[in-house]
Amino acid sequence: MDNTATAERISDRELMVSRTVNGPARIVFEAWTRPELFERWWVPKSFPISLLSCQMDVRVGGTYRLVFGHEGSTMDFFGRYLEVEPPSRLVWTNDEGDGETVTTVTFEEIEGMTRVVVHDRYPSKEALDAAVAEGSTAISAMPESLQQLDDLLVSLPR
Amino acid sequence: MVQYLTADLDASFAALSDSTRRGVLEHLGHADASISDLADRFEMTLTGMRKHVGVLERAGLVTTRKVGRVRACRLGPRQLAAETAWIERYRDAWDARFAELDRVIGELKRKRR
Repeated sequence: MDNTATAERISDRELMVSRTVNGPARIVFEAWTRPELFERWWVPKSFPISLLSCQMDVRVGGTYRLVFGHEGSTMDFFGRYLEVEPPSRLVWTNDEGDGETVTTVTFEEIEGMTRVVVHDRYPSKEALDAAVAEGSTAISAMPESLQQLDDLLVSLPR
Repeated sequence: MVQYLTADLDASFAALSDSTRRGVLEHLGHADASISDLADRFEMTLTGMRKHVGVLERAGLVTTRKVGRVRACRLGPRQLAAETAWIERYRDAWDARFAELDRVIGELKRKRR
């Protein structure tokens, strides 16, 4: 089993990540839709942020809100579910930024394992570039100065 | 090595401090272009654009080569490496997330056996 995630910027405003998980789609889908399970893996322990609360009303039109803590301050991420099709498809919006980012996750079961594909569509190229610049989708171990340069470079509109 | 790196950073930051040069990088992110294309697009003289491209080139952000009578410009290794580095970090973050998900899935499977 290929156990490494692949990640690609597939267009100016889209990112795609995929990975195979060793379990049936029904269980994997549960881990993405039950808050008490979701909050155990969404923020890996090695990350410098923590998930303080997690509310999810997983049905079409239902909303979610995640509150993250980082160095004494908190950050809210929220949106609503556009499509809920257990155990194969989940679509939600991210409404906290300017414009709406839509995340589509598909779960395809193959011989007891599940291929998970996460697709993020940002409202515009500028929005994705800004997300890159803030490092909001990445954690880095690079020295700070290089990190800043890097962020500056990737933040340039393409 | 450290000095080299610092000089490199200074050149990069200096190169990026100008809005025309940032615009040139943006344009080259979509397609390669000649110096005269860029001069037209940014409404400046060939000489002025040559200077901007020279600054970007010295910072490793752009490479140029002579094709016949035209100097073709494209994004340099530095710019491409930065994008690659970012997507690598993004992938690493998801890898870590999926590793935790594996643990949760493993536990659920054991419970339901």
